[in-house]
Amino acid sequence: MARLFPIRHVIGYIFSLILSVVGLGVVFWDLNPTAGLWILIVCALIQASLQLVLFMHIGETDNKKSLYFNIAYALFVGLVTIFGTLFTMLWGW
Amino acid sequence: MKWDEFFVTGEPMIYAAMVSIVVVSIAILIGLTYFKKWGYLWREWLTTVDHKRIGVMYILSALIMLFRGGVDALLMRTQLAAPEMKFLDAQHYNEIFTTHGVIMILFMAMPFVIGLMNVVVPLQIGARDVAFPRLNAVSFWMFFFGAMLFNISFVIGGSPDAGWTAYFPLASLEFSPTVGNNFYSLALQISGIGTLMTGVNFIVTILKMRAPGMKLMRMPMFTWSVLITNVIILFAFPVLTVALALMMFDRIFGSQFFTMANGGMDMLWANLFWVWGHPEVYIVILPAFGIFSDIISTFSKKNLYGYKSMVASMVVISLLSFIVWAHHFYTMGAGVMVNGFFSITTMAIAVPTGVKIFNWLFTLQKGKISFTTPMLYAMAFIPIFTIGGVTGVMLAMASADYQYHNTMFLVAHFHYVLIPGTVFGVLAGMYFWFPKIFGFRLNEKLGKTAFWLIVVGFNTAFLPLFFLGLSGMTRRMYTYSADTGFGPLNMVATIGAFILAIGFVVLCYNFYWSFRYSPRDENGDPWDARTLEWSTPSPVPVYNFAKVPNVKSMDALWEAKVNGVPLYEEGPYEPIHMPNNSGQPFILGLIMFFLGFFLVFSWFIPAIIAGIAVVVMLALRSFERDHGYHIPPEEIAATEQKLRGDSV
Repeated sequence: MARLFPIRHVIGYIFSLILSVVGLGVVFWDLNPTAGLWILIVCALIQASLQLVLFMHIGETDNKKSLYFNIAYALFVGLVTIFGTLFTMLWGW
Repeated sequence: MKWDEFFVTGEPMIYAAMVSIVVVSIAILIGLTYFKKWGYLWREWLTTVDHKRIGVMYILSALIMLFRGGVDALLMRTQLAAPEMKFLDAQHYNEIFTTHGVIMILFMAMPFVIGLMNVVVPLQIGARDVAFPRLNAVSFWMFFFGAMLFNISFVIGGSPDAGWTAYFPLASLEFSPTVGNNFYSLALQISGIGTLMTGVNFIVTILKMRAPGMKLMRMPMFTWSVLITNVIILFAFPVLTVALALMMFDRIFGSQFFTMANGGMDMLWANLFWVWGHPEVYIVILPAFGIFSDIISTFSKKNLYGYKSMVASMVVISLLSFIVWAHHFYTMGAGVMVNGFFSITTMAIAVPTGVKIFNWLFTLQKGKISFTTPMLYAMAFIPIFTIGGVTGVMLAMASADYQYHNTMFLVAHFHYVLIPGTVFGVLAGMYFWFPKIFGFRLNEKLGKTAFWLIVVGFNTAFLPLFFLGLSGMTRRMYTYSADTGFGPLNMVATIGAFILAIGFVVLCYNFYWSFRYSPRDENGDPWDARTLEWSTPSPVPVYNFAKVPNVKSMDALWEAKVNGVPLYEEGPYEPIHMPNNSGQPFILGLIMFFLGFFLVFSWFIPAIIAGIAVVVMLALRSFERDHGYHIPPEEIAATEQKLRGDSV
């Protein structure tokens, strides 16, 4: 029975909840913007790796090529969305 | 809440719509009971996990939504036909252009494309279903109930009225206090999640379930376009999901993401919307490119010219599609650098698109061309789409765009891209693959009549809009005075819209006529086509391929027909493993509908109950054990005998 229990998923789920609460805390306790932003960025990175490792089983395939291709595409879109938004909306070029 | 806030009141047309909805619903219920079809409907359709049936249901929904969005369009064109028309008031006009846009893009183009993917892709790669058949059914029912939630808004609660882009601050609680835009955020959210799951499903299907020998570079072009489309879906839709969630928080829970106070940023909505919205354009158009590629190659009796460059150009388009979004709001007031950057990337997209146009032309060159209905759509697509593309490059120039922005010129441009691109594409695909599913072709004469009405009607309706836009008519204006001189061209456009509508009626009549009189297809390959799906009997049996095909080259069926390369190995049939039907996806969709509906009206207690029900459904699925069933070889042999007349 112990082998059947999805321990990794449960750990991942609990961590996701904790990270969400931390994010909510940043807003709730009105942290100063710089500290708050850093906490959010760190949480976001942990959250992303939790999803990849615990839920999406990233280490479990032998096909490394498609894996890297996928991550590269995802990084491209993610970075373009974030920095593109900063570029168009905030940086005032 | 009073009843007159719940139901939309005061419009005779809306009352007529309510009556017709009730009458049609009762007629359907009575019909199903009288003909004892409840069990059939539930067993064969509502619970099905068969990709072909799910595809048919997608396409049927898309046609119904095409009717709804088309009626919206006719109402708008009637209002604009002459100066100072009193047919619709300003509010009603706002609601109609909003629902027209949302329905045509998200509930017509998307499901039509996804429906064709469902029907065709597993057949083209030699698979027996998609990778996750149950998830596929969940995708469909999420889409379907999302669409229904959006559609009831015009009789219950009021339609969204801030445009299909729902720009803030107009779409905020402050300026749009009715529940209309709640419908927008929740209905799109529900169907968007369904689409996201489709994306995962088809990427896995195409990467993992190809028949032996079907290398990536041997796949039919439609399958290639679907693979790339789904990659874009997978990366673009999460942005919409997040943006819609923030919108919902703003409108229902009082957060301040897109408001103009407390650190909110209204233009951030436009930004996020188009980060998803521009890739979305390619999501609906790339599959059409794939459809045209297969059709042009089939009816020119040649293999596709420049196969590798076709694939490469689609990959380049998929990347470029993510770095052009700010061209939708050049006039926001961003600096020269920002607008210049997005001008250049936008124009760059014309390059891979041009490559594709030339590849199609070279495929036609010296081909043995037959002008069937699908081929006619492909032929009309090339010049008309090119006009759309060239005006797109005009709009891409940021400084010139200050003149074109939000004028009828823009409206004409995107209709010139989306109608030949997407609508002609999916209609061509429907005529082309119809015999595969139903075992008979749609009538060619009626098909061609509808084609000419649609092409002539389309150009009559939208060409004048370019000139109206250049002479200053803005989009979304609900009326204009006679002094503007907009009257005559608007009248022409309205006449065109009605010709287009007649074309649609002929198209629908064709289903009826062909269903009754069209000769039944004997060999499963009525078009003398090239790819694997045509090697199965029509209508395709539930298991698709009695034996898994052996692919040794591109256009495997053509090789089999011309050079006698066998597709299937000799030998007895093996048992085929198939998934079981399930009612859970339908029930889950229904619960999501109610969850969305309760949230729209901020009825939180029922919403929480519906939310718990969703979790219960997911938990039930997690603990369910369902290993499917096997079709025994004798049954396969009997089915094949019946469909093909003799053994393979």
